[in-house]
Amino acid sequence: MNEAMALTIGLPLLGALAATVWPRRSRCIGILTLLGSGASVTWLFALVMRHGEAWQALGGWQTGLSIALHADALSSLMLMLTALVALAVSVYAIRYFRAQPDTSRFWPLWLLLVAALNGLFLSADLFNLYVTLELLGLSAVALTALGGKRESIRAALRYLLVGLLGSMGYLAGVAILYAAFGTLDMRQVGAQIGVDPASEMALLLMTAGLLLKTALFPLHFWLPAAHSNAPAPVSAALSALVVKAGFYLVLRLWSEVFPQAISAPGAMLIGALGCAAILWGSWQALQAQRLKLLAAYSTVAQLGYLFVGLMLLQLTPAGPQRELVFGAVILMALTHGFAKSSLFLAIGVVQQHAGHDRIAQLDGTAQRLPATTFAIALAGVALIGLPPSGAFLGKWQLLSASLAHGQWLLVLVMGIGSLLAAAYVFRVLGHAFGNAAFASRPVNVASEEWPALALGMFATLVLGLGSGWLWTFIEVAA
Amino acid sequence: MNLSNSLLLMILASSLLPGLAIFFLREGSHRLRTWLNMFGALLKLVLVGVLTWGVFQEQSFETRWLLAPGLELVLHADALSVLFVSLSTLLWLVTTVYAIAYLEGSPHRSRFFGFFSLCVTATVGLALAGNLFTFVLFYEILTLSTYPLVAHKGSADSVRGARIYLAYTLAGGLVLLVGAVWLQNLAGPVEFVEGGVLSQLPTELHGQLVWIFLLLMIGLGVKAALVPLHGWLPKAMVAPAPVSALLHAVAVVKAGAFGIVRVVYDVYGIEFSADLGVLLPLGVAAALTIVYGSARALMQDNLKKRLAYSTVSQVSYIALGTAIFGPLGTIGGVVHLVHQGVMKITLFFAAGNYAETLGIHKVSELNGVGRRMPLTTLAFSIGALGMIGIPPVAGFVSKWYLGVGAMQAGMAGWVLPVLIASSVLNAAYFLPILYRAWFRPAGAWPAEHIVHSKRETHAGLLWPPLITASLALAAGLFASAPFSPLEWAELIAQREYLR
Amino acid sequence: MFDTSILYGLLGIVLAGLGLHAAILQRDVLRRILAINILGVGVFLVFIANAYKGPDAAADAVPHALVLTGIVVAVAATALALALLRALNAHQEDADRE
Repeated sequence: MNEAMALTIGLPLLGALAATVWPRRSRCIGILTLLGSGASVTWLFALVMRHGEAWQALGGWQTGLSIALHADALSSLMLMLTALVALAVSVYAIRYFRAQPDTSRFWPLWLLLVAALNGLFLSADLFNLYVTLELLGLSAVALTALGGKRESIRAALRYLLVGLLGSMGYLAGVAILYAAFGTLDMRQVGAQIGVDPASEMALLLMTAGLLLKTALFPLHFWLPAAHSNAPAPVSAALSALVVKAGFYLVLRLWSEVFPQAISAPGAMLIGALGCAAILWGSWQALQAQRLKLLAAYSTVAQLGYLFVGLMLLQLTPAGPQRELVFGAVILMALTHGFAKSSLFLAIGVVQQHAGHDRIAQLDGTAQRLPATTFAIALAGVALIGLPPSGAFLGKWQLLSASLAHGQWLLVLVMGIGSLLAAAYVFRVLGHAFGNAAFASRPVNVASEEWPALALGMFATLVLGLGSGWLWTFIEVAA
Repeated sequence: MNLSNSLLLMILASSLLPGLAIFFLREGSHRLRTWLNMFGALLKLVLVGVLTWGVFQEQSFETRWLLAPGLELVLHADALSVLFVSLSTLLWLVTTVYAIAYLEGSPHRSRFFGFFSLCVTATVGLALAGNLFTFVLFYEILTLSTYPLVAHKGSADSVRGARIYLAYTLAGGLVLLVGAVWLQNLAGPVEFVEGGVLSQLPTELHGQLVWIFLLLMIGLGVKAALVPLHGWLPKAMVAPAPVSALLHAVAVVKAGAFGIVRVVYDVYGIEFSADLGVLLPLGVAAALTIVYGSARALMQDNLKKRLAYSTVSQVSYIALGTAIFGPLGTIGGVVHLVHQGVMKITLFFAAGNYAETLGIHKVSELNGVGRRMPLTTLAFSIGALGMIGIPPVAGFVSKWYLGVGAMQAGMAGWVLPVLIASSVLNAAYFLPILYRAWFRPAGAWPAEHIVHSKRETHAGLLWPPLITASLALAAGLFASAPFSPLEWAELIAQREYLR
Repeated sequence: MFDTSILYGLLGIVLAGLGLHAAILQRDVLRRILAINILGVGVFLVFIANAYKGPDAAADAVPHALVLTGIVVAVAATALALALLRALNAHQEDADRE
């Protein structure tokens, strides 16, 4: 029972090491490792479904002292997201990073990223979360700078500095919590939290630090440059997974550690920032001239939805209503993960065929790559929140919760956000209809186009039509 | 009950699966594509026939699939769904034949027919929706699947027209969504039940219910082209003729009108709606649209635009029928769903023929076309006479029931003048066309495509309008025959008022 | 009685504040990196100050372990930052030469 969790973290770590030692085999090692850790994630998923949760104290030490690994519904779902997206991105990356210096640099860093993500989702201990968070940040930065362009390095450097500020905030909060409560285990701390100055200070510092890492408006300034200047597979992982890790942490902390300490005005502030993110991000995406910049700003906007959901979660007292909103927020996070990675991979294909990603000159390329254009369409549908994507269901639940709380402003903002998203998605898709030379075959370059298409189908079809079990899963294994 | 559970899914699959398969066909596989299209259409027709028989026998057909807590996908066949589904299926078959002939030699046909099939799947899903959530779901999918059809030609105009179409319909969809979510918050999952489900709610919620009704009507009214939400319809005329035929006879516009019928009868219930006082505003909006649409149609020289405004006007008869309290008004509105569909598609097919064969886009270019293309113009004439309301074409039947229903409901004071004015205006913009076509001498045609045969144009372009024109005629002549649209509408009204 | 540990704690907070201030307001990247280091040191000091459990009891070992881990992480992060800065400067020199 315990091996599943250790394998999930350990396999990518070992893989990273192996890829460093044998650079010629790094692609093979990468794919095998990810398949292996994917299998252990599936195993873990099944275990959690059967037993409700999985728990392990590493090294045999007792709680409070040891590093504990814990898997519940939320962790398992995020691990599943990571495993699937990582696999798809890796398949694409095999062709993308064909040249040698890039290959030997990409795979070790990539596997470290996956290991860090898995570790983050499985940690139950506040300091362990810090370590995995830092590992995640460092590997993400290094991957962003891969490719060596001046823009990428500058963006990566800024990302690093901002990320470090964020982690320091988080660490300061951990220091205060340890000083006040003498333990680092999330559950134990959660049991002792109250409305005292130490808890509030810790809450403020940790949330601020994590918001910096999750790029919530107005702390999002580093994201567009970083995500749009990174290589396509890296951008996919950054937008789909890395910022989600930050959100996951905020969700965890707010639900399990700090619920007593959070005041209604605090939650409303987060919601207001989320609204601002939706509007600002969507507006900027509409103005963007390059596809990658559009996608990056779209991430800023979509994260806003998640934080609006977080606010609704805080406002709803415990009970079936809260479970409903919780599931909706997770569903939106999952859908966005698949949709955004699909979009970035598709953009990567477009960029390699056209040599650029300027939207205004997209005509010929969009019509020569029908499968990729369809992937963009699928991802776009999920970003707008139209059926049959999972985001439609999530949006319905969030609207329902907003109306139940009388928050008409949220309804208005989410509505405008959807329309703006439709505007920028269809601005791109409009280029698929033109009179340039068109392809006679639906799928042109199989191994490049399939990952984007598969991820898009996941976001729009699988999660839209097959996610009824999500809520039962959360109920069983909360 | 296994057959009944899967019959509805099979009906959906009969257009979804061929559609998906067509996407993956190479551009050059004409035969396979045609075969897939026709197979899907015919299969669907057979399955819908089975369904019709079953619903007539009062059998129950239902499929459920839980997507999320409180959000269940429900497919359910009652008399009203069968009416819309059979209309869609029959007209899809005819339009497929037409489209295959119309698009001969043009690019991107796999893409076109793929989305065409998706569009029909969405329409059928909408017709078979058993609750408000499912309806909204398919309503939005319909928007998505029709966008590529409107933009198909790929010119700057087409893409712009498609973008306007999208802006209107997505905004409308959003308003509909908010209304539906709000309603579900108040009343739980809203299933479509004959007679409505909301009359049981406590009185203090009635104010909110009125607001929700407004939101739902706005959301549905965009697709149903209620003034002032109709702006997308003339702009969407940039689409190829088969698309205009499908959108205006069957899919999009009827989806909106069908939604209005559903909300008033099966969500609110006709008696509760009357109690709430929402029927009168709806009727007034419909009346305004009828008159405005006809007036604008008069001013158009472009043939398709004239037909578009005519649609704006005619579809509101359905909304008007819904607003008239009483079985006769209901029958008039519901049966016009079918009649208008059949008549309007004939007109659009004819317009498409004129454009394809002779390059005619304007009314002023129609002089003498009756001699050059007699059969097409005959079909057009039948459709036009039906629009005006001249017996024995079907349009007369709907107007008759609307008029008598209004008299019975005591609303004759303003409904009858609207009906009369509308008929007069219809005559004013259709009769001159007929005069020009039959009695004026022909000039030079803008761009003639010589067809090397004795027929006036391709067979695939000729048969569909003739078929639909005969259907329009038959629906009027044999209105009292069993299984005519009128008989079916009477069945529906019976089930709505007899709770 | 004024505990040295409280002094260390306060010093840690002051250092953290100084570091944060400089990290946000300084323009030069190298100074920003140094500022973040100082910020880190400040936070670590706060951690360490808490390890003091009184004149008789042994110091709490957990914060020691945590701070050691933190120092390692900070070193790695600083190294990465400096490497990126060097690469950026190399690009700048190339651009200047042209």
